[in-house]
Amino acid sequence: MKALVWHGKQDIRCDQVSDPGIEDPRDAIIKVTSCAICGSDLHLFHNFIPAMKNGDIMGHEMMGEVVEVGSEAKGKLKKGDRIVVPFTITCGQCDQCRRGNFSVCERSNRNKEMADKVYGHSTAGLFGYTHLTGGYPGGQAEYLRVPFADSTHIKVPDNLTDEQVLFLGDIFPTGWQAAVNCDIEPTDTVVVWGCGPVGQMAIRSAILLGARQVVAIDCIAERLSMAQAGGAITINFQTESVIERLNDLTSGKGPEKCIDAVGLESHVSMGQPDTLLDRAKQAVMMESDRPHVVREMIYVCRPGGIISIPGVYSGLVDKIPLGIAMNKGLSFRMGQTHVKRWTDDLLRRIEEGQIDPSFVITHTATLEEGPEMYKLFRDKQDSCIKVVLKP
Amino acid sequence: MSMLMKVAGLTRSPGDPRILSTGPGTLAGPDHLARGLGWFSIGLGMLELFGARRVTRTLGLEGYEWLIRACGAREIGSGVACLSANPAPGVAARIAGDALDIATLAVAARQGDVRRGNAQIALLAVIGVTVLDVICHQALTARHARPPGPRRDYHDRSGFPKGLAYARNVQG
Repeated sequence: MKALVWHGKQDIRCDQVSDPGIEDPRDAIIKVTSCAICGSDLHLFHNFIPAMKNGDIMGHEMMGEVVEVGSEAKGKLKKGDRIVVPFTITCGQCDQCRRGNFSVCERSNRNKEMADKVYGHSTAGLFGYTHLTGGYPGGQAEYLRVPFADSTHIKVPDNLTDEQVLFLGDIFPTGWQAAVNCDIEPTDTVVVWGCGPVGQMAIRSAILLGARQVVAIDCIAERLSMAQAGGAITINFQTESVIERLNDLTSGKGPEKCIDAVGLESHVSMGQPDTLLDRAKQAVMMESDRPHVVREMIYVCRPGGIISIPGVYSGLVDKIPLGIAMNKGLSFRMGQTHVKRWTDDLLRRIEEGQIDPSFVITHTATLEEGPEMYKLFRDKQDSCIKVVLKP
Repeated sequence: MSMLMKVAGLTRSPGDPRILSTGPGTLAGPDHLARGLGWFSIGLGMLELFGARRVTRTLGLEGYEWLIRACGAREIGSGVACLSANPAPGVAARIAGDALDIATLAVAARQGDVRRGNAQIALLAVIGVTVLDVICHQALTARHARPPGPRRDYHDRSGFPKGLAYARNVQG
């Protein structure tokens, strides 16, 4: 089969690889009908997430048709079922899964021993991601083996298109969880840093959850226009002062809720000297992430406010003003998404027409065009915001 | 990295798909060239930093070891930048460094010292590498920069099929 394979830093190729097969009775094999390139794929592309290996298959946002089912998954799945695959692999039986903390499933990470040593305690296995999360082959491929398939799937109805439901596997619940973590009240101002795909979903989630006003921060015109379409007031941080605008919008009190949909690769610019220092330190491996957005959120957030971080961070960050955060009484909420905790509700909202996540798709291409799409997405060329691939 | 993986015990499952043949990828000529220049820069920088005395002897620049070491540190810095996710600024830094090197070597090449021939050869080499740097920078910019001009307008993409006002008032 064809698959997009990681060969090293910024080196992803469309390779011919062997087909996956059932390895465990709880496995299923799906024929991938749609998959997407996620912003966090770019962190892997840039080799900012440790423990990738030459030959790893990329992709953690995918859906398809079940073509083979292991004996123990047959009660829940059958050939021909149309499913979205959550990017977090979940056993459905461990203590964390039973609590709904699916992204920290205790059993699905097949490199658990190593993850225990690095993280203190292992998190869930993830598709198409680092070997610290199991190194499972991803879904930017024609076929995918789904481990723990009896639990790791979202069945979707035939009357919805792939484009409408594909993002249930990652960016939609990720944006939703970021907004839910804010405990949004009708008087709240919610600020979203980053208008990439997760930021766009977070904006719409905050609207649906009843925020008084949603503010979106970015520097890319087309992303800001999409954010505005979703109901956000926009700030271009390259032409305006974020601090002044947020104070203006909140009567000088600052926003109650802040969402970081940027993560470890924040924009580097001369106007923000800390970003230059972060970039230099990152280049010589003295710091793994560039946390400018976290610093800015801590500074602008209203005392007693909440900081929600769906953006991916990989390791060590410097110069976080924890003293300010402590004295302002800020709460931090973050984590990989507990996808299945949210998907029943989100699928219902799609079916009812409350939201159609396909609005974010700007480019559709074949798997063979995948490497070029990675470049296009990374370089933000051709007004690219979200790429869907059709294997 | 693969050695690290083996030490850490991070091996693949035997059932995981294996590469049968490799296809088109994300890296193009300018990206490879930038990486080559990056490693060249780091190598040259190390030589200048740790072998400054030998370099000054060869070029007839005794007494300027500090300058060679400074150039070495600069080369390593721009080399690291060339190997980063966005190599264009690193290559631009190399071009600026090339200009400084050319100015220094031009002085050395005009001196009365018997070793000026070495400096002239070095000058020619730097001019050659400068041409390569300029070509690389232009190609990287053409491949990766966001071209100027109007962007697409996504004002019609609310994502709310029933409209924004409805979405703001959804009850659960």
